[in-house]
Amino acid sequence: MLQLKNLHVSVDGTEILKGIDLEIGPGEVHAIMGPNGSGKSTLASVLAGREEYEITAGEILYDGADLTELDAETRAREGIFLAFQYPVEIPGVSNTYFLRSALNAIRAHRGEDPLDAIDFLELVKDKAKLVRLDEKLLKRPVNEGFSGGEKKRNEIFHMAVLEPRLAILDETDSGLDIDALKIVADGVNALRDTQRSFVVITHYQRLLNYIVPDFVHVLKDGRIVRSGDRELALALEDQGYEWLETAPVAAGA
Amino acid sequence: MSEQTRIIEDFATREYEHGFVTEVEQETFPPGLDEDVVRAISAKKDEPGWMTDWRLKAYRHWLTMTEPRWPNVSYPAIDYQAISYFAAPKKKLESLDEVDPEILATYTKLGIPLDEQKALAGVAVDAVFDSVSVATTFKDKLAELGVIFCSFSEALREHPDLVRKYLGSVVPITDNFFATLNSAVFSDGSFVYVPKGVRCPMELSTYFRINAENTGQFERTLIVADEGAWVSYLEGCTAPMRDSNQLHAAVVELVALEGATIKYSTVQNWYPGDRETGAGGIYNFVTKRGLAEKRAKISWTQVETGSAITWKYPSVILKGDHSVGEFYSVALTAGFQQADTGTKMIHLGRNTSSTIISKGISAGRGQNTYRGQVKVAKKADNARNFSQCDSMLIGDRCGAHTFPYIEIGNPTAQMEHEATTSKIGEDQVFYCNQRGISTEDAVSMIVNGFCKEVFKELPMEFAVEAQKLLGVSLEGSVG
Repeated sequence: MLQLKNLHVSVDGTEILKGIDLEIGPGEVHAIMGPNGSGKSTLASVLAGREEYEITAGEILYDGADLTELDAETRAREGIFLAFQYPVEIPGVSNTYFLRSALNAIRAHRGEDPLDAIDFLELVKDKAKLVRLDEKLLKRPVNEGFSGGEKKRNEIFHMAVLEPRLAILDETDSGLDIDALKIVADGVNALRDTQRSFVVITHYQRLLNYIVPDFVHVLKDGRIVRSGDRELALALEDQGYEWLETAPVAAGA
Repeated sequence: MSEQTRIIEDFATREYEHGFVTEVEQETFPPGLDEDVVRAISAKKDEPGWMTDWRLKAYRHWLTMTEPRWPNVSYPAIDYQAISYFAAPKKKLESLDEVDPEILATYTKLGIPLDEQKALAGVAVDAVFDSVSVATTFKDKLAELGVIFCSFSEALREHPDLVRKYLGSVVPITDNFFATLNSAVFSDGSFVYVPKGVRCPMELSTYFRINAENTGQFERTLIVADEGAWVSYLEGCTAPMRDSNQLHAAVVELVALEGATIKYSTVQNWYPGDRETGAGGIYNFVTKRGLAEKRAKISWTQVETGSAITWKYPSVILKGDHSVGEFYSVALTAGFQQADTGTKMIHLGRNTSSTIISKGISAGRGQNTYRGQVKVAKKADNARNFSQCDSMLIGDRCGAHTFPYIEIGNPTAQMEHEATTSKIGEDQVFYCNQRGISTEDAVSMIVNGFCKEVFKELPMEFAVEAQKLLGVSLEGSVG
């Protein structure tokens, strides 16, 4: 579904990602771990199509086609979803109205009719239940005055409504207490199926106790230095990132 | 300039939709202003002698005044002798059926139906085309309740005592340069009287259209709500696209007697001038003021998106004890537009309260100034004011300025003032993009969200129009 080949990315002339190779198949859950500043969030932003990030070498293929040709909104409509590390507030715009605009933009892209207000309301109520989101938050302006946990849960709620094919969770666990973490993980698990893939970016292995990944990759200084399964994450918890050696410089860098 | 910034700028620099010209036979005075022109306007309208004298008094006073230079706007000097002070469609009208079909077509094109059969239920319309009122709908139905809603000229003929009693009682003829000019040469406008205890059952609406070239529009609106009465009044404005600037200097006076409520809403969309060069556009120099007696309430809501220059401070004199004044404003300046707008809340009575919510949006090279005054007189015990002035910047060539003046003469007053300035964040737009929403829709959504507190004060039909004006589909049908 998603292939990264020797991906190099710079921001303001500084190279952050220095040759990433990664392949994600349908229905797979990949965890990306790594110390602060290793390039985890850059990877998430590049996949979502943020403009400030310049791809200097390599390629990103989504369903075999060049993803970098598409702007951010087209990627979203093609099924790529990013749960933000810092969800953005939009004062005066209700969460429901925002999501309905988003869903109908995605539906229009697929050639489907827009959902009317009543059908949409039913849908969001179901999905709110799924991620145990307080219904009060549906009418409130997007993320405005939400607690940290509410913001993260709201991201998962957006994901549940928009039903992406590839969901990228950027440090969704940061700032959550254990109860909130479980709720978020339950929401993600409820959405797992054989076609939907996840990239779970996290600093701590704690989240992976609840969202069990198929693959774990360790990112360090812009490179994937180790890949493995869940055991790798557990080893990292015990020993930290220090024992991992930086992988050799990828060809073509 | 990044792609995103470009789209945002495009959004802010859309074409003006109402810029067409109506071909209709007009009678227009030659340019120039002197006492004879003032007399001729008065004669044209068969006015009583006292009205002519009132105009002349204003004109003579105007000659002693100078144009104000304190607003934070700049424009070349206006040649008052180059303007024509009267323009009217030639045909005399007896009823709606006789309105020139071209003019009716104009209003249909603008989305303002004058045909009562098709008119929106619940809105009575008075249409002012250049200097004269061309049609007023639902008059009979209103008359049953004793509500008078007619053109100013008709009011002078049919209800001279009411007009004489209240005209100039809130904005005196010596008030300011533009109001005094208006007092001398005003051509028409709307008059409303709501009798004691009557709740006006429908929205009253005036639609102003400037059509003729090189003509000033000087309309006068007077609204009187008698004791315990309630009325909601809407005002809309458009003009054709012309390369030269046109002057619009209106005066609106509101009188709310004991226990009365007047809600006055404006959606102003005069031609703003060329987006690229700044040529043309309306100079909108308007004086609006209301007088609130005991327990009366006056509420101004304005959405100002048009005009090359806007100079306007809808105000409330809180004369009676327990009176209430409100001001809700959205002002958008794009292209080369300039706006210096705000309000004055003058607290004279005891236990009076006022609320000011101002939202300024600047885009392109627009300059947006909020100027507001809150004054509490010595005897005005327990006056309360809440002011909130928010500015939003779109792009990096525009400006936002805030000048609040607060004058407190009584120690029991409670004042609150909040002000914020924000930029449409790339983060906000990207967040929307990432959910599948286009940049254009994202900007509309963010701007509308910013203005929500003001839009919710507008009557339904106007709220829709206001949102459209900001380039947006309706929000709020869900959630």
